[in-house]
Amino acid sequence: MSGWRGLLLTLVLAAVGSLPAAAESLGDESRGAVLFNRECSVCHRIGPDAENRIGPRLTGLFGRRAGAVPGFEYSKSMARMGNDGLTWTLETLEAYVENPKALISGTRMNYRGLKDAAARADLLAFLRLHSDRPQNIPEAEPTARKTDPDLDAAVLAIKGDRDYGEYLSAECTTCHQRDGTDQGIPSITRWPEEDFVVAMHAYKQRLRPHPVMQMMASRLSNDEIAALAAFFADQD
Amino acid sequence: MTLTRRSFIGTGLATGALLQAPMVGAQGRPRVVVIGGGAGGATMARYLAKDSEGGLDITLVEANPIYTTCFFSNLYLGGFRDFESLQHGYSRLSDMGITVITDTATAVDRAARSVTLAGGQSLIYDRLVLAPGIDFREGSVPGWSLSDQDIMPHAYKAGPQTLLLKAQIEAMPQGGVFAMIAPPNPYRCPPGPYERISMVAHLLKQSNPTAKILLIDPKEKFSKQALFEEGWQTHYPGMIERIGPDFGGASAEVRPATMEVVVDGEAMKVDCCNVIPGQVAGRIAALAGVTDDSGWAPVMPETMASRVDDTVWVLGDASAQGDMPKSGFSANAQAKVAANALRGQLLGSRIFPARYSNTCWSLIAPDDGVKVGASYEPTPEKIASVESFVSQTGEDAALRKATYEESLGWYAGITADIFG
Repeated sequence: MSGWRGLLLTLVLAAVGSLPAAAESLGDESRGAVLFNRECSVCHRIGPDAENRIGPRLTGLFGRRAGAVPGFEYSKSMARMGNDGLTWTLETLEAYVENPKALISGTRMNYRGLKDAAARADLLAFLRLHSDRPQNIPEAEPTARKTDPDLDAAVLAIKGDRDYGEYLSAECTTCHQRDGTDQGIPSITRWPEEDFVVAMHAYKQRLRPHPVMQMMASRLSNDEIAALAAFFADQD
Repeated sequence: MTLTRRSFIGTGLATGALLQAPMVGAQGRPRVVVIGGGAGGATMARYLAKDSEGGLDITLVEANPIYTTCFFSNLYLGGFRDFESLQHGYSRLSDMGITVITDTATAVDRAARSVTLAGGQSLIYDRLVLAPGIDFREGSVPGWSLSDQDIMPHAYKAGPQTLLLKAQIEAMPQGGVFAMIAPPNPYRCPPGPYERISMVAHLLKQSNPTAKILLIDPKEKFSKQALFEEGWQTHYPGMIERIGPDFGGASAEVRPATMEVVVDGEAMKVDCCNVIPGQVAGRIAALAGVTDDSGWAPVMPETMASRVDDTVWVLGDASAQGDMPKSGFSANAQAKVAANALRGQLLGSRIFPARYSNTCWSLIAPDDGVKVGASYEPTPEKIASVESFVSQTGEDAALRKATYEESLGWYAGITADIFG
């Protein structure tokens, strides 16, 4: 059975061609365990009896709504994303572990992110072991999993046209307040350019859940996102 | 007849004038006169002033010294907001150098490029921006005319009408009947009548739980229908009855003198009747000769300039632009595109591609908010919808609460964007 599946998978991958090797098998669980101890265990516990510490318990993480562990005090940003419908899947966890701020701008998780794709795959494989039904993850064919949401360095390097950004920003300030007030709708001023860019691309790629933001981001080109970032970076 | 001749002359002059750009007014600065200080007009004036840094002579004419937003006025009816929270002054626009005149425009002479105000003043413009919102179509609801608005209020232009409607609802006898005549398309704020029904139901549920609500509707379908109907079922079971066009909803008549509504030949006594008639562009647009047979003013999708005369720009509800709903959000979005284009035309500043979008939030019950929205782009024919979304039925309470809280943030954001 598994042999057949493996063969089919190979065929599918050969047909698609461009998928990274990491999609085929998630990663190495034992290397993931070592990584967990090194990178995560200062704040997080995992396992049947794990409790919340500085961070929430990570048992049963897959399929869980963001910000949903009872008794844990989440950041406003994390709670908002959970309400908007962010659920932890391979795709969203990978984006979050790679760069937490790409997914949750105001997360309290003080972690720089795990940039190495193979290491992320190992860590996710370990986290998956502690989920309710590890064998069901991913639920769809591996080909359904998006490729790494990594942004090309060239996209991050675009120098934004600030004047164009100012014009485009008028679309943002219909809802987001210019003075940075955070009332029902988050503040978007004084935002480091790179964080802004990755956040907007996370909406554009529909990793972040909010429908209005997904719609607004979907028609912004790379240059336009850079232009907005250049404008908002110096707004206070 | 005169209007036809004038509009012909006006168009001719406009074409000639384009060749002499940039325009220079009497004091050396191009003069822009904006009629209407709502979401379209005030945003336009503010963005022109902010971005031209003194390069334009801007006058804003608005009938009310303090503006009451129609958006969110349903939340006042439901008891979720103070009336004062809907009111905004123009002092911050004045501080930016905009001349704010409290008056009503009564005539536009496009050949002479002048606007006459009710107070007798006359304003000369290089560019005229019309953002007058809506007026009501005569004879739209048989038996009702504007002179009946104190008996059967429309409350579809916020202000004293809004206060009156709320007072009438609160004065209803126990077990009384509230009726609404909903408007035919197109009209201001597509979900507005249905959000209002929800807010009236919420109010009555607390103070008058045996009261009934009769929604008489000429339309087969309405905005966010599945969401509203689900919400009414959940929060106000048995309270709301909708009479659609199949049962006479499109031919209802009202009798203000006897407080009766006649549907399908049957007269019913009601205790409060909210008549929201069919609508047309605010009257000054027709007086300026820029409306067509539909009663709305067709505009260029790239810029919001009138198709009849490109020295006149029409924003918001009054315009016929294509797919965008008539909403404060739309008017605000259109004004920012128009301001960029108009400034470029008069001052040679950079003109960027038009970006339009809209989101309408509605409140169904406490912490039960929903939204619908879309993005748009100009095509040669119209402003066309590109992508859209709408809240789903069966969403969990946390998301609905977050949606409501988001709408509060939006109100604060957009009013700051409009009024400074």
